[in-house]
Amino acid sequence: MERTLFLAQRISAIILGPLVLVHLGLILFAVRNGLSGAEILSRTQGSISWSVFYGLFVLSVTVHAPIGLRNILQEWSRISPLTINIVALLFALIFLLLGLRAVAAIV
Amino acid sequence: MNKIKRETQELTVRVWRGKEDGKLVTYQVMSRENQTILDIITEIQRFQEPGLAYRFACRVGVCGSCAMTVNGRPRWTCRTHVKKVSHEGVLTIEPLRNLPRIKDLVCDLAPFIDTWQRAGAPFSGTKTRNDAPALVDPESSTRRAAEAGLQCINCAVCYSACDVVSWNRNYIGPAGLNRAWTLINDIRHSDRKQTFDQAFGDGGCGSCHSHGNCTRHCPIELNPSESIAGLKRVAFKGLPKDV
Ligand code: SF4
Ligand code: SF4
Ligand code: FES
Repeated sequence: MERTLFLAQRISAIILGPLVLVHLGLILFAVRNGLSGAEILSRTQGSISWSVFYGLFVLSVTVHAPIGLRNILQEWSRISPLTINIVALLFALIFLLLGLRAVAAIV
Repeated sequence: MNKIKRETQELTVRVWRGKEDGKLVTYQVMSRENQTILDIITEIQRFQEPGLAYRFACRVGVCGSCAMTVNGRPRWTCRTHVKKVSHEGVLTIEPLRNLPRIKDLVCDLAPFIDTWQRAGAPFSGTKTRNDAPALVDPESSTRRAAEAGLQCINCAVCYSACDVVSWNRNYIGPAGLNRAWTLINDIRHSDRKQTFDQAFGDGGCGSCHSHGNCTRHCPIELNPSESIAGLKRVAFKGLPKDV
């Protein structure tokens, strides 16, 4: 299991790297004329590619962040391993639900 | 004149006495040319504090039993010269970090030795005494990788230097994982897969932060951090081939 989590975290990081760069670039581009909901929606609504882009983003974060959180809790807290696993899984679920909800709202 | 002056100078040495709830006790020791930390401890024990507990055996950097924390850093005390580490004539000598204390400067090394087993480190051969000895090509990449990690003297300096061990006592730590890496590169070892599974198991090499404090402090200049990086690469690329 440790090895699987290690690989999952590294591979999701490899995927997230370029996605984060594009996302940051997009923010800089999008705010050039001020930022409005209508402007965002005009770009994203009905766009298969943006929904795939942000769908992948959300999935990678769902894998990547809770594993890191698990590592931090193992090192910095006295919480039992089982509880830490449950907390990490809960965070994964929250990231997945909130993330997919946001993606669904803009496409 | 200069020489006489140096010889009459005194060092202020603060030594840990007791167990976890002990305290630092200050001694004055004559400063001399060519004095090691172990010499200082021995002088205190012989002439001032017969009850002082500490460990050593070889006094020449072979056995690995004399490691202590000197002015905040783990060191082999028999090969550490006072001049190199004292701050304005003051030395603070404590037991190693990350290990249970027994008395004064002596730690219980059992948790450290256990990490060898947990890292999957016992060697298991495939041949019997009736077979010819295995031929290991000294130029092969596996042998060269193993060679770089051999010669560990089990001093626990790296284990004491590792912050991840201090945060997570379940972590196997640098020396055990370094040993696992040498075995994974030993073509005579029959259980390379098993060793890898243990080295990457619970508390295994995935927990290492690669910050290299183990390598920085290893007195014989091994590079456990690099060995652990090798283990992590195995997770992606599979066991090293003998090329
Ligand atoms: S590199 Fe890894 S093993 Fe070495 S001190 Fe840092 S965390 Fe510990
Ligand atoms: S790797 Fe170096 S510091 Fe660690 S136990 Fe072996 S000799 Fe000591
Ligand atoms: S006493 Fe043997 S290594 Fe220091």
